[in-house]
Amino acid sequence: MKTLRIPRLSVWLLFFVIATNSMAQATFSLPKLPYANNALEPVISEQTMNLHYGKHLQGYITNLNKLIVGTAFEQADLISIVKQSDGAIFNNAGQTLNHNLYFLQFSATPKLVPTGVLFDRIIQQWGNFDSFKMEFENAGMGVFGSGWVWLAKTDNGELRIVKELNAGNPVTKNMEPLLGVDVWEHAYYLDYQNVRAKHLSELWKIIDWNVIEQRYGE
Amino acid sequence: MKFELPQLPYAKNALEPIISEKTLEFHYGKHHQAYVTNLNNLIPGTQFENADLETIIKESDGGIFNNAAQVWNHTFYFEQFSPNGDNEPTGALLDAINESFGSFDVFKSTFVTAGVTTFGSGWAWLVKNAQGKLEIVKESNAGNPMTKGLIPIFTFDVWEHAYYLDYQNRRPDHLAELWKIVDWKIVEKRF
Ligand SMILES: [Fe+2]
Ligand SMILES: [Fe+2]
Repeated sequence: MKTLRIPRLSVWLLFFVIATNSMAQATFSLPKLPYANNALEPVISEQTMNLHYGKHLQGYITNLNKLIVGTAFEQADLISIVKQSDGAIFNNAGQTLNHNLYFLQFSATPKLVPTGVLFDRIIQQWGNFDSFKMEFENAGMGVFGSGWVWLAKTDNGELRIVKELNAGNPVTKNMEPLLGVDVWEHAYYLDYQNVRAKHLSELWKIIDWNVIEQRYGE
Repeated sequence: MKFELPQLPYAKNALEPIISEKTLEFHYGKHHQAYVTNLNNLIPGTQFENADLETIIKESDGGIFNNAAQVWNHTFYFEQFSPNGDNEPTGALLDAINESFGSFDVFKSTFVTAGVTTFGSGWAWLVKNAQGKLEIVKESNAGNPMTKGLIPIFTFDVWEHAYYLDYQNRRPDHLAELWKIVDWKIVEKRF
């Protein structure tokens, strides 16, 4: 009789584990980075990574998890929330999505120039890779206040450079974000202070075009 | 009209440790200066070439508005601080604060909340409305309440450049500390 109780208990434990896991799926968590916090130096300092990834991104995720409880977005995926919400939920969801894309596009050993269909598309639209980079940097300089500059893909595979304010992401305009550069001052103030232009021109050294090509191909 | 960076009414290290000398070197010496330089570059050949700053703020948009308002906002911001601050409002301004907010402490916490909840870059403002009553207004980026017919009395800059070197991501701590250098004698004159 007693030996029968042991499997029953483990069945309950199994249910508990499954229940806990499915609950965990409804909350967002900080993505693991494929590099150390000091790996992007000197382009992005370890101190900036500690704050930007460890405090700002973590803060947006913590806020988002609190804000969606009891709303229509409680079980929604991140992109659906960004497309359908507004106000504080949009701000925190947008910033969670934006920073996830941002941090996961860098590498200490990046592929510095794209190849294949993405490279062909860039050449077709901008003539050469340097012209694209210059227009992208100029767009970043043209964002007044806090925001983002994106390379995005339209429905028919064309590329667009898109400026967004605050938490904006081109998914709300039915475009797929490929490359995102954060021009909030927190992204560069400790390392470059007021010189946003220098930060933007340095970032190419750590952008991994392997990642951007994968996003373009998706 | 050529605009100039106004002199700071105190030394660059005078507000330490609330605002560091390094922050003032950038915030006043680089950001404020850049807004002045940009504005002077943008207005030649436009209708604003000979206009005063308030007129430009009320009538322009785009790059001219952004730079003109940021020149005005920063001048107004830097002017209200003093190493001999940390006093409290008195007289008619105190009466108006009590009337609108109940007490000076409630005003301060409401004002800090307005600053903390401004998403992105911007300013929190204490303003006098058409009825002479005080209100708190949040503005994004270069926003200035005079474009809404309100009279600015006092402001906190919540652009990250105002506090990132000294407080990093801790905007609430920065705003709580700022009260120690506000000179209410200057603010009273504006009211
Ligand atoms: Fe950021
Ligand atoms: Fe500022």
